[in-house]
Amino acid sequence: MEVIRKHGPWALVGALGAAALAIVATERGEAVNALWIVVAAICVYLIAYRYYSLFIAEKVMRLDPTRPTPAVRHNDGLDYVPTNRSVLFGHHFAAIAGAGPLVGPVLAAQMGYLPGLLWILAGVVFAGAVQDFIVLYVSMRRDGRSLGELIRAELGTIPGIIALIGTFLIMIILLAVLALIVVKALTGSPWGTFTVMATIPIALLMGVYSRYIRPGKIGEVSIIGFILLMLAIIYGGSVADHPTWGPAFTYTGTQLCWMLIGYGFVASILPVWLLLAPRDYLSTFLKIGTIIGLALGIAFVAPHMKMPAVTKFVDGTGPVWSGQLFPFLFITIACGAVSGFHSLISSGTTPKLIASEADARFIGYGGMLMESFVAVMALVSACVIDPGVYFTMNSPAALVGTTPETAAAAVTNLGFMVTPETIAEAAKDVGETTIISRAGGAPTLAVGMAHIISSAIGGKAMMAFWYHFAILFEALFILTAVDAGTRACRFMIQDLIGLAVPSFKQTTAWVPSILATALCVSAWGYFLYQGVTDPLGGINTLWPLFGISNQMLAAVALTLCTVVIFKMKRERYAFVTIVPTLWLCICTLTAGWQKIFSADPRIGFLSHADRYATALAEGKILAPAKTIDQMNQIVFNDRIDAVLAALFIGLVVAIAAFGILSCIRAFRADRWTALETDAAAVPAE
Amino acid sequence: MTASSQDLRDRWKSFSKCVCDGARLMVGQGDYEVYAAHVRKTHPDQTPMTEREFFRNRENARFGVGNRNGFRCC
Repeated sequence: MEVIRKHGPWALVGALGAAALAIVATERGEAVNALWIVVAAICVYLIAYRYYSLFIAEKVMRLDPTRPTPAVRHNDGLDYVPTNRSVLFGHHFAAIAGAGPLVGPVLAAQMGYLPGLLWILAGVVFAGAVQDFIVLYVSMRRDGRSLGELIRAELGTIPGIIALIGTFLIMIILLAVLALIVVKALTGSPWGTFTVMATIPIALLMGVYSRYIRPGKIGEVSIIGFILLMLAIIYGGSVADHPTWGPAFTYTGTQLCWMLIGYGFVASILPVWLLLAPRDYLSTFLKIGTIIGLALGIAFVAPHMKMPAVTKFVDGTGPVWSGQLFPFLFITIACGAVSGFHSLISSGTTPKLIASEADARFIGYGGMLMESFVAVMALVSACVIDPGVYFTMNSPAALVGTTPETAAAAVTNLGFMVTPETIAEAAKDVGETTIISRAGGAPTLAVGMAHIISSAIGGKAMMAFWYHFAILFEALFILTAVDAGTRACRFMIQDLIGLAVPSFKQTTAWVPSILATALCVSAWGYFLYQGVTDPLGGINTLWPLFGISNQMLAAVALTLCTVVIFKMKRERYAFVTIVPTLWLCICTLTAGWQKIFSADPRIGFLSHADRYATALAEGKILAPAKTIDQMNQIVFNDRIDAVLAALFIGLVVAIAAFGILSCIRAFRADRWTALETDAAAVPAE
Repeated sequence: MTASSQDLRDRWKSFSKCVCDGARLMVGQGDYEVYAAHVRKTHPDQTPMTEREFFRNRENARFGVGNRNGFRCC
């Protein structure tokens, strides 16, 4: 009886989830309602949280609610404060959720919704949430130290340095790819460009307000900022239609690229209170609000999925990104399934604020489940729009041309019926001149969101507003990430160079700061420029690199977790981290290998470089290059990308090797060798 | 009747405080009252920072020189 009372309701949840998944997976010919996908996802999350995370908490970690956490031991009212778990959940979730879970699933939709959905669900339950949870636990038991410090302590100095370099490379690629998303969304879009640019004076105004007029009144200043933002969106339409202002805000990709580079440089040396902090308020609150709005919208509208469950592009011939389902789907969706970046957040501010060890499960595992849900909603948004429109928006110009007629012909040829009128109509609906080749995920998501939300509020007349609202919301937190990321990157560079030239470490000195900032901006600016001028649209090159690097960091973090489990002499439970580590290693290594050596120039960097190099030798010029210089540039870029992919492979292999060695050593030891802070050493206050 | 409406009001109060605290902590601003109470209790000899100083201190701890706490995930 007891068993039934305890597990009976969960069995029902499980049955409901299984039924929903069965409907989603087997429905053929008839459009599936998106609600089934949502129901399936929520049931999977509930079951995983109730059983698997409890198993990890009890068996692997043996969480002890009576053991003082860093927040209790070092309570200073500032960095270390025991915090209510719901409040901390919000903090943690806001820090882990960014553009990633919104973009990856949109790109993955080219294979249909089913492969992406299954990977998001399986990935988060067995890899992503496990990583976030265990890293949080490891850091919490070690005074809230950072990932780099943890790796150095548990694996050794060299793996620590390798991980540091890895993190740096990821940051560069991440910043480039995020900036590229903004460029792709704003190219030739005066409405979008105007609203995004308007956020700068709005943020400056908010900065002055909260510095001098009413310090600390975040709610007040955010409401003021929000109203101004809405006005910017509303009047953005008139600006775009204006005969002089419209063209003044219309830019090419290259122009936007240079503006962003300049922006990144200036924004990251301005005082934080002036631009970064106020825009952080706007982007954070807007992000949370939009996520809630999207969830309500999907629940309320219950749209049908127009994209097939599985498309023929699982064979690797898709126009959005190249490569077969294995391994490329698993690196295209990183955030939402498993994201290495979270290991930096889980070993950042969160472990210093946990009030009781028992809360770690809700915050670490639960927080990641929540992010995964955002990814599922992004997937739904991309799949409720007409597949013809989806492929028109996400295919490179080289394939679909630039007019509705060429695009309609090319996309219909791919097997997705679409007419030029539909394409022109879709652009008009969202207040843009064209939607062709707006790769990068953000515009597609914006169309999907506009489609869903306008069905609930405002109807077709409001569609353009919601579209630009969605673009603005993504651009806003991407720009915040670019700004904060450039800053963080600059401190990393100063630390690294500081190892050789100690005077370089002074973060307050002007010369090192400006030099380090310039270095950082030119690093990501280089990849951004390369992406903007890429014949295949840039996303095809940069997103896989980003996915590989992000999954690589996850593999590193999970290796750390495995080593710690071995050192605690609980190796019989080590499969919890070994299985996802192995899977991530297989995916990143295969994908990395194919990105370098594949004979298909659409996938392999080297074969792409060879194609251009051969043409150069014959004195020919291949599109989109127009000059010999550009040809040389393409060859050079490809080779740089190949080197980068090789570096990532080397990193994974090195860390895995160090991890295995550490595990063997820990296994042979006859006692506990993990380096936890002794709970009794520092008495609680 | 009055008892339950009082109860409801208290619940609403604690819920809205939780939401506000959550929103503030999302942008790196902890609870000033908790901080001030902590300083008064454990370091009676020190004067806690004013609310304005606390606000700037937290802003700096999140994004300021040498700090990487404000960095966001993808």
